[in-house]
Amino acid sequence: MTDPASLATGPLFGLPLADLWFGLLFFIFATFLFLDGFDFGVGALFATREDADEREQLLSAIGPFWDGNEVWLVVFGGAMFAAFPAVYANLFSRHYLLMFAILGALIVRGLAPEMYEQRHDAAWQRWWGRAFVVGSLTAPFFLGMFTANWLLGATTIVTLPGLVVGLAVVALTVVDGVAFLRLKTRGDLREDLRTDGYRALAAYLVLVVVTLGYVYGAAPALRSSLFSTPVAALVLATLVLAGVYAAATRADRYYVAFGAAAGLVFALVGIVAGLMYPAIDRAGGLTVETAIVSTLSLNLLSIGAAILLPLVFLYFAILYSAFSGPIEAGESY
Amino acid sequence: MIDPVTGSRLQFALTTIVHIIFPVMSMGLAPFLVYFTWKDIRTGKPIYEQLRRFWTRIFAVSFVVGTVTGIVLEFEFGTNFAAFSTTAGELFGGPLALEGMMAFMLEATFLGIFVFGRERVGNALYMVSAIAVGLGTWLSAVWILIANSWMQTPRGYELATENGQTIVQLVDPVAAYANPRFPWMFVHMQNAAVESVALFMAGIGAYFVFKHHVWAYPVEKIGFWEATLKFGLLALLITAPLQVLHGDLYARHVVETQPQKFAAMEAVWETDSYVPEYIVAFPTSIQDLLDPRAKDIFGIGIPGGASWLASGGDPQATIQGLEEFDGPQPPVAIVFWAFRIMVALGFWFILLAVWGGYRWWRGELLEDDLLHKALMVSTPLGILAVELGWVVTEVGRQPWVIQNVLRTSEGVSPGLTAAEATMTLAGFAVVYLGLLALYTYVIVRIIRAGPPDVNGPELDGPAETPTSEVQSDD
Repeated sequence: MTDPASLATGPLFGLPLADLWFGLLFFIFATFLFLDGFDFGVGALFATREDADEREQLLSAIGPFWDGNEVWLVVFGGAMFAAFPAVYANLFSRHYLLMFAILGALIVRGLAPEMYEQRHDAAWQRWWGRAFVVGSLTAPFFLGMFTANWLLGATTIVTLPGLVVGLAVVALTVVDGVAFLRLKTRGDLREDLRTDGYRALAAYLVLVVVTLGYVYGAAPALRSSLFSTPVAALVLATLVLAGVYAAATRADRYYVAFGAAAGLVFALVGIVAGLMYPAIDRAGGLTVETAIVSTLSLNLLSIGAAILLPLVFLYFAILYSAFSGPIEAGESY
Repeated sequence: MIDPVTGSRLQFALTTIVHIIFPVMSMGLAPFLVYFTWKDIRTGKPIYEQLRRFWTRIFAVSFVVGTVTGIVLEFEFGTNFAAFSTTAGELFGGPLALEGMMAFMLEATFLGIFVFGRERVGNALYMVSAIAVGLGTWLSAVWILIANSWMQTPRGYELATENGQTIVQLVDPVAAYANPRFPWMFVHMQNAAVESVALFMAGIGAYFVFKHHVWAYPVEKIGFWEATLKFGLLALLITAPLQVLHGDLYARHVVETQPQKFAAMEAVWETDSYVPEYIVAFPTSIQDLLDPRAKDIFGIGIPGGASWLASGGDPQATIQGLEEFDGPQPPVAIVFWAFRIMVALGFWFILLAVWGGYRWWRGELLEDDLLHKALMVSTPLGILAVELGWVVTEVGRQPWVIQNVLRTSEGVSPGLTAAEATMTLAGFAVVYLGLLALYTYVIVRIIRAGPPDVNGPELDGPAETPTSEVQSDD
């Protein structure tokens, strides 16, 4: 790329950049859903713990991480705006109220732990604790609704598959949250969480089967994609990963269970992407090829992402290694 | 019901006006925190540990509220200004994507270490974290202002048609992103952020110094508040004169590139030469307030002053009046008065800096109760000046969302209904004003709790017991 003028004439190194950005967009979304997903799961599990010390441990477990995790959503929005501006405009204006429901839930979820720690009297903590639970349950639920509506090209807010996928995503974040918390806690709490993990996993699998059944039965446009190799492979992978998760949780193989949870999230987002492709906004009639930004902008964006995303992973590696291992007794960062 | 265009404009105005407070706090605090961390690590003096820990708590709360309010903004272009996003996404989306990856990520990850990790990481990584967080906040401003400056002075694009819609297409990235407006905005904004935090620090420092030294009502760890006052004052001495100086140069750039905005700032309707600058303007009627016209308003004008400002030294220079521009005008009253109050505040801050600096030099800083009161009153005024400056910038370029390319009214989402717009506007009015109240409440609580107890020799204040109601629970 010695000649800057050539940036305007063809894609960088002749790469299929439109498809790569479609993939990258869903990869970013999956990373967000996995990382902030365990924060949501911790928020949901917060409702099941009464003991003040245990609650403090749950908050400490996500304290240094959640803000960085949530920034993946910002990167998702930015990447969609930059790479597929028409999709960004159509999708978010079409799902107007749902978007603000997601954003509202994220405000409550983000604010609650910070506020919880500001005062130590019971009433204050009870209310912010509830806010934390509500935000952590509604954010993934609305995100699931949004994802289903996006995939199916729905134009109304409340749809049956939207509700089912919403619940599935909530269950998945609990699966994720259990795996994360079993890395970060010890003793009784760690033991008790195992049951929560099994239950959430069972619920998730049932809801995924219902969703796939709906796609097969009621979304004929997507039916052929359902049996394409990548989607079929990811459905199979979900079953295998669920087995791995259950076995690893039983055997206290914490990192294996956490990895399996990550795999489940990436598989789900992969299934969505596989079913959607080559469309990217079904309701707006846009495909990846028609919606992609023009060549010069795309090449510049690709150069930026190629340099910056590896750095972002380095930042996360530094952050997570600085706070690795369980929280010690009485430790709150 | 509010129509979708008005609703979207009001909602964007409300959400940005509330949001900007928190980035101003974090961007302004960043250089202080890097310095306090450096001194804490190098000298081990308790005062620096206290300064670092106390201001980190304020920073952390500001950052969290800034994050949750800021994510909304990123999606609001899509939800409420879909036509703008479709038209301008090619140029506008890139900077936002890079802001997320380059700046926000750096800030949010290292913030975890900076806030929670002092005991977990070594000095070197801790220092790196402080710098990374500070750098991240400033890089965010770089990308946001690159995007914004392009809307003010768009270059490097051509109009094209895609999927049946007219869009701006990037043809010259250097012209578009190395925009002539950008350096003015960036310097003015970053200096304003530091100045705002300087005023904030000096103001609350002055409150405790006043209480302790003037009222003789003993304040614990008074040395901490004296140091806070001095750091604030020192930063104010540097930033206040600079702000007015480059503000003046920035205004000249506006004359060249956005004459309609400048005419609104000065409320000049008819093109004229030898235009006076009304340094003091008094509205003597409701008419003056709502529809100011420079020629009619009662005020003290420097003959040829506005012409001199606009041209960089020629009092005879011609200023284009608003009447020369076809189509709708910006709401002149808002721009005219916001500009005037901002400039007046800018000079007030210089006066405060000089006054405080003189007293400090004479060794009377802790006794001058009138100075303390003036500083206390000015605690939030830096942030107010930032808000007014942004009002001038953003209201002044109306009716354009992209100057001379796209009107704001044409940028609103075509499918948006009045019911939806009204519902979310009402929701945001409640949530964002609630957030602002909550933020204020928490910041006041942190200030009242005071600096944390640290190990080491006690500070140069009066003797006090280390056990107090103050708890370092961060």
